[in-house]
Amino acid sequence: MTDEAVTINPEQGETAKSQENQLQFLSFSLGREEYGVDILRVQEIRSWEPVSRIPNVPSYEKGVVNLRGAIVPIIDLRERFQLGHSQYTALTVVVVLQVRIEERTRIMGVVVDSVSDVINIDRKNIQTAPDFGAKVSTQFITGLAAVGGRMVMLLDVDKLLSLDGVSDEYDSSNK
Amino acid sequence: MAIDMAQFHQVFFEESFEGLDAMESGLLNMDIGDVDAEDINTIFRAAHSIKGGSGTFGFTAVSDFTHVMETLLDEMRDGRRKVTQPAVDVLLGSVDCLRDMLQSIRDGGQVDQSVVSAHKLALDSELRNSANGANGSSALEPLPSVSPITPADDGAELEICGWSIAFSPHLNLLKTGNEPVRMLRELAGLGELTTTVDLQGVPSLYDLDPEECHLSWKLHVAGNISAAEIDEIFDWVEDDCDLAKQPIYKTEMPLQALQSEGTLSANDVNTSAAPVNKPTEENVAGAEIQPQDAKAPKKEEAKAAGKGSSSIRVDTGKIDTLINMVGELVITQSMLSLLGEHFEMNKLDQLKNGLSQLERHTRELQESVMNIRMLPISFVFSRFPRLAHDISTKLGKKIELKLVGENTEVDKTVVELLSDPLVHLVRNSLDHGIEMPEVRIAAGKPETGTVTLEAYHRGGNIVIEVSDDGKGLDKDKLRAKAIEKGLIDADAVLSEKQTYELIFMPGFSTAEKLTDISGRGVGMDVVRRNIQALGGDIEILSELGKGSTISIHLPLTLAILDGQSIAVGDETYILPLGSIIESLHVKEERINRVVGKGETFLLRGQYLPIIRIHEIFNVPGAKTTKLTEGLIVVVEGQGVRCGLFVDDLLGQQQVVIKSLEANYRRVEGISGATILGDGSVALILDIPGLVRLSSQ
Amino acid sequence: MATILAVDDSASMRQMVAFTLKGAGFSVVEAVDGVDALNKAKAQVFDCVVTDVNMPNKDGIELIRELRALPNYKFTPMLMLTTEAGADKKQQGKDAGATGWIVKPFNPDQLLKTIKKVMG
Repeated sequence: MTDEAVTINPEQGETAKSQENQLQFLSFSLGREEYGVDILRVQEIRSWEPVSRIPNVPSYEKGVVNLRGAIVPIIDLRERFQLGHSQYTALTVVVVLQVRIEERTRIMGVVVDSVSDVINIDRKNIQTAPDFGAKVSTQFITGLAAVGGRMVMLLDVDKLLSLDGVSDEYDSSNK
Repeated sequence: MAIDMAQFHQVFFEESFEGLDAMESGLLNMDIGDVDAEDINTIFRAAHSIKGGSGTFGFTAVSDFTHVMETLLDEMRDGRRKVTQPAVDVLLGSVDCLRDMLQSIRDGGQVDQSVVSAHKLALDSELRNSANGANGSSALEPLPSVSPITPADDGAELEICGWSIAFSPHLNLLKTGNEPVRMLRELAGLGELTTTVDLQGVPSLYDLDPEECHLSWKLHVAGNISAAEIDEIFDWVEDDCDLAKQPIYKTEMPLQALQSEGTLSANDVNTSAAPVNKPTEENVAGAEIQPQDAKAPKKEEAKAAGKGSSSIRVDTGKIDTLINMVGELVITQSMLSLLGEHFEMNKLDQLKNGLSQLERHTRELQESVMNIRMLPISFVFSRFPRLAHDISTKLGKKIELKLVGENTEVDKTVVELLSDPLVHLVRNSLDHGIEMPEVRIAAGKPETGTVTLEAYHRGGNIVIEVSDDGKGLDKDKLRAKAIEKGLIDADAVLSEKQTYELIFMPGFSTAEKLTDISGRGVGMDVVRRNIQALGGDIEILSELGKGSTISIHLPLTLAILDGQSIAVGDETYILPLGSIIESLHVKEERINRVVGKGETFLLRGQYLPIIRIHEIFNVPGAKTTKLTEGLIVVVEGQGVRCGLFVDDLLGQQQVVIKSLEANYRRVEGISGATILGDGSVALILDIPGLVRLSSQ
Repeated sequence: MATILAVDDSASMRQMVAFTLKGAGFSVVEAVDGVDALNKAKAQVFDCVVTDVNMPNKDGIELIRELRALPNYKFTPMLMLTTEAGADKKQQGKDAGATGWIVKPFNPDQLLKTIKKVMG
């Protein structure tokens, strides 16, 4: 027992060291593109279910669902990134994310085409995002990484989901 | 043993604030001429508890301060001091000061020392006011938190190497629960103990009363032990025994020892006497400082910081009811699961019964749980007697404050949020509503004005009314003012109600000049906004020369709503049942279309605007867009009436209100969301919001 | 296990006393005033009573007097929690039959030390 502990410890130290530079992302696809979000922000993955529409909001804010008693908004990322519409099927996936906006954690769901994988990326292999000039506004993208020959765009969850007016509306209504 | 005293702080603060409230109301209700001893006792006890607690939990500033109050109250209680109005006022000021001190300690803020010492001076000078009281100077001794110097302790050169003690308990010593054996054991803990027991006093067995103590001891304890340590052991029994103790010194100088003991105690007397005299003069000089003036500015800040974890006191009866219900629920549940295990169709009736029982229990449980959050409105009302007292004194008005329905229960959140708007309204009544005594007499009214604060339940709402028999609102003045301020057009046609409601408009203030009582930069518009934020409504009625009444309507609880489900296209929305007046099919000839101003319909002589839900919410799949084919639901919210055009009415049900903003954001026209029986989300409509949306 | 009756109308003091005593291995029953305490003391025998003096309904001194008159409490240690200022209270307490007193403010260690003086 004690012997084992002695031999294991240094190894653990090393793993911990290498883990410092290893980040884990959940990757998913939108059309032909592949994106990644920090796995620590992912609360759960669900299949698509009908939402209750919210009137007079941008079309990518699909509506709200009941997630174990909490009212959670569902955002369509394809539409958010202007990648065209998609048909929702039983295979459509909702990734439920924890978003921090102004010191408060909110739970939001994003609709993606499919979830691909959990990927490990070394910190030093992340490149800064060049200006695409098009489709996805680079303000949401923290970096790019090549994984097995594919390019994965890493998303900044907090920026992505600080929907217009979400934070200030909440504050003013609470005063 | 390390105990984290901080765990008791929250309770200490809570009970201290309660104690302060009790002191305040006790002081306010005190009839100076005819004081009830029990009233003073109650006030004294509150001060005493705060002092004890604050000392124990390490808030010495508070315990020092309370000590002086306690002394004053103690003398009043004993009848050594007469109760006078100035003394009561000083005590009231001290209650405020103490409340501020406790609040800043709780919130980690700074206590304004100058304010505290001003109050303390006022108290001290009241204490010293020996013309009407006993010799108060004794109270001015500093709290003896530091133990006084024990003379014999100081035997620097004369090292004590032991004590010989003669200890003869009186017969009754055992009857106080004291036990010589334990004392001997403690002595043995100080140093090596030799005991010689004297059995001479023990009577014959025949005469022996086993409950009496007949033994006495000659004791010798070795070691460098101070007299105080010995005294401490016998402290409790000094009257119940004969005790003689003699120190044994290493070098034999017993005489000198005695002498030095003598001088030291004389010194001791001097040192403790000094602080008694010194502050006296300062205090008398400083007694003119008016504490009331000094404290005003700090108060708001302290309050703003006062947000901590919150707790609630629940009547044990309520808890018992809950426990009983849970018990029944468990029984029903086990009955149902038993039924489910071997279910056959012939047991269908049993199943149905069980389910309806389950439904009933769940509903009852829900009601009782909600009931836990209910507090009597007296939590808010209780601060107003003080407010009325202070303001009427300040303005020289004669005002009687009547509180009606103090036991009406409301949700805790409502209680907390209602407080500030109500203070504003009551201040307004006291300051602007009630006239000066001479004006009242000239108008043929009683000299004393009356402000009534009343709470009662009506339907699912609580109504709170602030009414006064003062001068009332002058419609013409209101109108002129609104025109002058550019709030309405000079030719605007306003109903009586609309005229009164002008005072709720931002930038409107009826007082000719702002006073420091009501004019604190918060207008009635803010009051109305706060009430509306609670899902409530505020109305005003007034008659010139007779007085005004302001009524606040609030939902009983903020978490549950009686809802009416409505269908629009493929979607379901919830309307608060309380806002619905009626629903009807409208005939074509009653519909009136005004170009650019939308549609209206005629209902009993009144044209009401029509809001098409499917249109303002862009609902797909509406059953019909023809007004005559759908349903018009007449609703009212915040004084606005309109007809909502919907497809159909569905069922009525109680819904639990969920915030949309928790994870999402505010949406105009929607006040919240709820979860329906099938697990889907339905949005709750906000009528004023809908009106705003439709007018855009 | 020795059982102690802790009487105080102030919840925070009562909790502190009870918590401290329980931590030291005593079993503790709390009472909110003299009346409550007397009822509890009649229903169950305690090995020691620790009571505040100033309380509504029935104060600590009256409580001690009435308890001392009960056969079960003839020799039971009874301590009062008192303030230094109340020297005459001490005397009143003694006359009523109090065993001793603990001077407020006190900390848990002082409380335990005093309790151990009369227990065990």
